[in-house]
Amino acid sequence: MTSNAFGLIYTGETNPYLRDLALSRSVAAVPFGGRYRCIDFILSDLVNTGVTSVGLIAQKNYHSLMDHLGSGKEWDLHRKREGLFMLPPFMTKENTGLYRGSVDAIRSCLGYVRRNPQQYVILTGSHTIFNMTFNDMIARHISTRANITMLYNEVEPTVSEEQNLDLRLILDANERVTEMELNPFTPRSTHRSCDVMIMDKLLLEYLVEEAYSRGDYDLTRDILLKKCATLKIMGYRYDGYVARLDSVNDFFNHNLALLKSEVRSDLFNPQHPIYTKVKDEVSAKYGENAVVRNSMLADGCQIEGTIENSIVFRGVSVKKGAVIKDSILMQAVSVGENCHLDHVILDKGVVVRDGRVLTGYDGFPIILKKGTTI
Amino acid sequence: MKKQIVAMLLAGGQGSRLGVLTSSMAKPAVPFGGKYRIIDFPLSNCVNSDIDTVGVLTQYRPLALNSYIGTGQHWDLDRVHGGVFVLPPYQTGKDGRWYTGTANAIYQNREFVDQYSPDYVLILSGDHIYKMDYGAMLRFHMEKNAVATIAVLPVPMEEAHRFGIMNTDEDDRVVSFEEKPKQPKSNKASMGIYIFNWGALKDCMREDDANPDSSNDFGNDIIPAMIAAGRPVYAYPFSGYWKDVGTIQSLWDANMDILSMPPKLVLNDPQWRIYSRNPIMPPHYVGEHASITQSLVTEGCRVEGKVHHSVLFSNVLVEPDAEIYDSVIFPGAVVRRGAKVYQAIVGENSEIGTAAVIGGPLRLGDAVDNALTGTITLVGNDISIRPDAYLPQGTVATENEAGGRCYDK
Repeated sequence: MTSNAFGLIYTGETNPYLRDLALSRSVAAVPFGGRYRCIDFILSDLVNTGVTSVGLIAQKNYHSLMDHLGSGKEWDLHRKREGLFMLPPFMTKENTGLYRGSVDAIRSCLGYVRRNPQQYVILTGSHTIFNMTFNDMIARHISTRANITMLYNEVEPTVSEEQNLDLRLILDANERVTEMELNPFTPRSTHRSCDVMIMDKLLLEYLVEEAYSRGDYDLTRDILLKKCATLKIMGYRYDGYVARLDSVNDFFNHNLALLKSEVRSDLFNPQHPIYTKVKDEVSAKYGENAVVRNSMLADGCQIEGTIENSIVFRGVSVKKGAVIKDSILMQAVSVGENCHLDHVILDKGVVVRDGRVLTGYDGFPIILKKGTTI
Repeated sequence: MKKQIVAMLLAGGQGSRLGVLTSSMAKPAVPFGGKYRIIDFPLSNCVNSDIDTVGVLTQYRPLALNSYIGTGQHWDLDRVHGGVFVLPPYQTGKDGRWYTGTANAIYQNREFVDQYSPDYVLILSGDHIYKMDYGAMLRFHMEKNAVATIAVLPVPMEEAHRFGIMNTDEDDRVVSFEEKPKQPKSNKASMGIYIFNWGALKDCMREDDANPDSSNDFGNDIIPAMIAAGRPVYAYPFSGYWKDVGTIQSLWDANMDILSMPPKLVLNDPQWRIYSRNPIMPPHYVGEHASITQSLVTEGCRVEGKVHHSVLFSNVLVEPDAEIYDSVIFPGAVVRRGAKVYQAIVGENSEIGTAAVIGGPLRLGDAVDNALTGTITLVGNDISIRPDAYLPQGTVATENEAGGRCYDK
């Protein structure tokens, strides 16, 4: 069923706590779950909702992202009418090309917003991973006559040191948002925003123009936080699994959480497939000495060694005698003979030569950045 | 728009020697090699050889093949000029008819080929597994100024009597052709891959079509007629892996050829990728107590048991304590707790019940009709095998023997 909403994904978030993982790529393009990138989840959620027009606001470091998305074909968004629109920064008379924040970014693509015939906009971030459809949320948005409906889930009341874009909603008995806190030191609420909101596209245009006219540039800080009283902002709770890649630790833990069957069946619900770029790799090949336990492996791998409790992306090769535990091996990583790796994250194309030993610790995994040879 | 060469892929064969595997689909749609279907090999060879216009001639059970090929985007064959086209037999005002032979199938679709006014036409069949650069064969054809070129593979002399054999002179020109000769004079076996000059082929097919005694077949009629007429027919020597997977034994053998060390058939070849339709599944999961050795496993699988020297297709579930040896498990099949599978091919979406044994040794009094299967045990598509069932080796499990189809999946 097609939807009366279009999607607008903002990929401009930066996150210093992701360190080397987001050094040369936007957060949206961070690899996840063996063959995916962060963006695949929200984009598939929109497609599975029946959304046929998705605008993707790219800010910087968007090469990996554009390469990954291509024409949108793999998400069925390569269409005659509508489809996937990449919206990178561009300079015009009134537009400097550099966005200070989300308001600037959305303002520069208001042309896209206006052109869409759909009434509602589903405005999302790109670094929150979950598998749901928004149909019921749209229906609730309409039935409660809300101005804005925001998706949230329940989280722990404590916050970590590496707090990032932690938006907490304070709700009344009717789930109306009465107040919000951004990165609170001691949160008053366990309702954390999932970075998805629905509103009438005319309201978005108005809010953006209004904020811009006052020199404001951040949607969350300058609009949402200040408008709780004047706008009817409703919360919509999501009870499924939500993975936020706030820090290297979160990246590590949420990836390894996929080894639990309840997390896999939630994030990879067969009714709502997660689409991604297809690489036409061959099946994973297990050699005669391969020992693999409690791990997730993608196609194109060649396994001769031992792998436990790990996530292995496409095209990884692990040689004889190598032992890998509690680690994440991204695309095209190569691990030589008799290596020992424990609690490491090897980014794309990392080469570990024969006999190397690397040990990180729980809570402090070692990252080797893209292309490193050790 | 004119094309230098158009490929015509004969995919109409029923493949009756594959038994229940082809009861609901044509042979080219049969799964192969963990991620592929047989037709992916000639289609990928075309794309990798820069041939972008392919007609796929279907006749028998075309649904699976039609929906598999779709727009051709998975092979990069959704083109502005050219692309892949499925060509079923059709009715005309006076004489619509089924394809009477391989040459007739092409003859009936000559208007399709004529759209591109090609100089050459490449004839392929949809039941062979091989990687081949048709571009090199075309260059050979052009250098030799041939009217027809037939790809040939050297086979062991003692097996030559099973093939169509080309007898050639020292310049690779074919002097005679013998179908399954009792006393073979050469070991150059036809691979069923032909390049013709399109104009010459059309003339020859027209004459052949007018001959009521002809079987309208390339191997039996067209090629011998061209040789008899003294036209330049050449044999292009191919070396490399090539296998006709027309029987259960050869289909199983070919799958095992990927697993041998070193592999006889190399699929992991970035220079010559085999493309296929992707099932959109997450990476496979290997459980805490699983053991996988010398095997291929792909997306969507969950393995909790033991898998040795086997090929698992997408979305296969192997429950704890289940054991699979020397087998090929097609997409969506489930092997329940404690089941044992030996040297078998298990069809799509089939279910092997708890503690069932597939392919166990023959017991006293077991009577098995293994004319098609030999020692390989075959479980058809969508079959559910009862818990604790015992299928001795060579059994073909169809719905009658297995206790009903599994409809609840």
